[in-house]
Amino acid sequence: MTRKQRRLTIIGCSLAVLGIAAALVLNALRGSIVFFSTPSMVAQQHIAPGTRFRLGGLVQPGSLVRGKNLAVKFEVADGTAKLPVTYKGILPDLFREGQGVVAEGSIDSSGVFRADTVLAKHDEKYMPKEVADELKKTGHWKTDYSDYGGKSGGAVASEANAQAGQGATR
Amino acid sequence: MIAEGGHYALVLAFALALIQSTVPLLGARWRDPALMNVARSTALAQLLFVGLSFAALVTLHVTSDFSVLNVYENSHSAKPLLYKITGVWGSHEGSMLLWVSILALFGGLVAALGNNLPLSLRAHVLAVQAWIASAFYLFILVTSNPFLRIPNPPMEGRDLNPVLQDIGLAVHPPMLYLGYVGFSISFSFAIAALLEGRIDAAWARWVRPWTLIAWIFLTLGIAMGSYWAYYELGWGGWWFWDPVENASLMPWLAGTALLHSSLVMEKRNALKVWTILLSILTFSLSLLGTFLVRSGVLTSVHAFAVAPARGTFILLILCVFIGGSLTLFAGRASSLKQGGLFAPISREGALVLNNLFLTTACATVFVGTLYPMALEILTGARISVGAPFFNLTFAPLFVPLMIAMPFGPMLAWKRGDLLGAMQRLMAAGMVALLAIALAWAWARGGSALAPLAIGLAAFVIAGAASDLAERTGLFRVPPANALRRARGLPRSAWGTAFAHAGIGIALMGIVCETTWNSEYIGTMKLHDSIPLAGYQFTFDGMKERQGPNYQEKAAVFSVAENGKAIAQMTPSKRSFTTRGMSTTEAALLSRGVSQLYISLGDTTPDGGVVVRIYHKPLVLLIWFGPVLMALGGLLSLSDRRLRVGVPKPAKALRALQPAE
Repeated sequence: MTRKQRRLTIIGCSLAVLGIAAALVLNALRGSIVFFSTPSMVAQQHIAPGTRFRLGGLVQPGSLVRGKNLAVKFEVADGTAKLPVTYKGILPDLFREGQGVVAEGSIDSSGVFRADTVLAKHDEKYMPKEVADELKKTGHWKTDYSDYGGKSGGAVASEANAQAGQGATR
Repeated sequence: MIAEGGHYALVLAFALALIQSTVPLLGARWRDPALMNVARSTALAQLLFVGLSFAALVTLHVTSDFSVLNVYENSHSAKPLLYKITGVWGSHEGSMLLWVSILALFGGLVAALGNNLPLSLRAHVLAVQAWIASAFYLFILVTSNPFLRIPNPPMEGRDLNPVLQDIGLAVHPPMLYLGYVGFSISFSFAIAALLEGRIDAAWARWVRPWTLIAWIFLTLGIAMGSYWAYYELGWGGWWFWDPVENASLMPWLAGTALLHSSLVMEKRNALKVWTILLSILTFSLSLLGTFLVRSGVLTSVHAFAVAPARGTFILLILCVFIGGSLTLFAGRASSLKQGGLFAPISREGALVLNNLFLTTACATVFVGTLYPMALEILTGARISVGAPFFNLTFAPLFVPLMIAMPFGPMLAWKRGDLLGAMQRLMAAGMVALLAIALAWAWARGGSALAPLAIGLAAFVIAGAASDLAERTGLFRVPPANALRRARGLPRSAWGTAFAHAGIGIALMGIVCETTWNSEYIGTMKLHDSIPLAGYQFTFDGMKERQGPNYQEKAAVFSVAENGKAIAQMTPSKRSFTTRGMSTTEAALLSRGVSQLYISLGDTTPDGGVVVRIYHKPLVLLIWFGPVLMALGGLLSLSDRRLRVGVPKPAKALRALQPAE
């Protein structure tokens, strides 16, 4: 095999692998990315029921209702709009009314956001970055939220909780 | 006084780095040995002064001097001594100081141990090292000075983030930094080679041990971080595809590729240009990691409070170094002479394939990590790219890589015999089929792909074992002979086998944990009993404990297997009064390499408690794998050729022919 043939073999293999990787990436990007919205964006854009997205905002004070079997209901607000959210499972350590929260899931036909993941962070001052940016944009930012995104540890309550929430063993 | 002294020492180190980044280069140009030797003394002096500066910060933390802003914000007088020390790098400023200290340490080591390097190569390497150091000293002095004083010192500090008050902080960041920063050496060598316009097998032999050291620490650092997240965050996950984790995975993938390509260069004098490019890319990805974590573009477990100036500064450093080195590469790479020929089916060919897959996998991680940021800057849309993306892209690329892995060491250099390699791997193939059959028979539920993945893991492990068996002639020659051959085998062969087997073991753990873990999540009242995966968990009540700077509420569970009590587990919640934060301390119980895991949620008004109980089969293998890989690296590092094989200076000068 000459140097040229060898080089062509290697280049051919490289292109094939890169092509496959590019196809995989594009395919995955189409299927598995999740967009971020706030309640007011949801109100304006009318997101179709069943589409997964991330909802961010503040937990409306006084809206948290704990049901049976770890079911919870609360409202997420961003100053202009509110959206009811249901979730089943353990809420993160620092999930509190009046604090920032990001929930992932989709809207059902009755307009309720069914979350299968709720994210909050381990800091009393923490505010998810998306939420903070959005609040600043809409003019609802207060300076006492300062230090957001600060020293924080993540906590996630995941879908798995929701499924096992009835106290059943998988 | 100590704070001012530490600050002053840092300024001196910066001044020394400036000298070190210019004078030796002039010396190399004018062929003046005295000027070139300046690099050695300045590198050692720099190490001394950064060391003093770092020691000063440690002293301030240990003595709880709250007149220093950094100590006030991150320490508390009641904090245990260990966390006072580790808290030094628990903040942005301190961790950057640790970063430059380790950089100076590596520079000092090259200066002290590099006596057999050609003088001009050493001068170039240390000068490049000093460019990096100068940039980061300036960054610390201008934007993140850890020695700032407060005009009216408070009585008490604000305490360290409770999540960080753990033994993990003592191990994880230093290890990770030793890895990140260790790759700066291969970067400096690559730039030096480009500046000098010559490179050969001896170059690869000098670079390889440094790359190997960095890689060992990075491997251990990532594994340690993963285990820390697993037990500290309280929900039993060990890898989240969080951008910061990806930031450490990318240099690891590129560094692993570099390890393999430098092998080709050392043995066969081929792939020179590619190896240089990989050295540059690996350290660039390390810098990118530092940028992602330290600039505040991400919010994650690792992000500290940030000021925009810092992000801009690091971005600037990033652009200058990556842009500059790639430009230099583009301009000079063609002047490097091409090396030996090889057929596609050969050891070299296999290593090229390895590089191809590793760098492509690295590229997919890169896209998944940076695409959301790019999209937000360009269009304003916010998306999140999570585990599903990486499972769909990263995993399919790793499967062919792992199938090919056992073949590599079986092929000869230059021209290999694929059929022969297949025959020699027949036994490993049988083991894999057996493993698939067994997994299939025992599996209850879970993905149909899981037994196949277990088969792949078994193939990789058995392949590594048959490589050793083949080399020692086990089963073919009398055992005594085989033993003698095993002793005579180069340590690097053992290293390869261990590292490859480590990948297989980690995969085994990953597959078993994700497919067959079982969990219970719900509310338990006093004396409630729950069966899970053959174990019986009974809630025996709560108790309160007082820690040095926290209050702890622990729940006591007794665990029984087949009606026999085996252990008590006490998961707890700690609340830290200073910061008003609480952490969840999970209780772990190892059964062989499987683990039982309990973590607490809230308590209910009627005396019940919300719990998560997990049974995680073979979960410990996930971290034993990387430890085995690091052990393989260590064995390879102790190989004879790396200890005594480096040519002496006189010979080396003759051996280094300028490339045309």
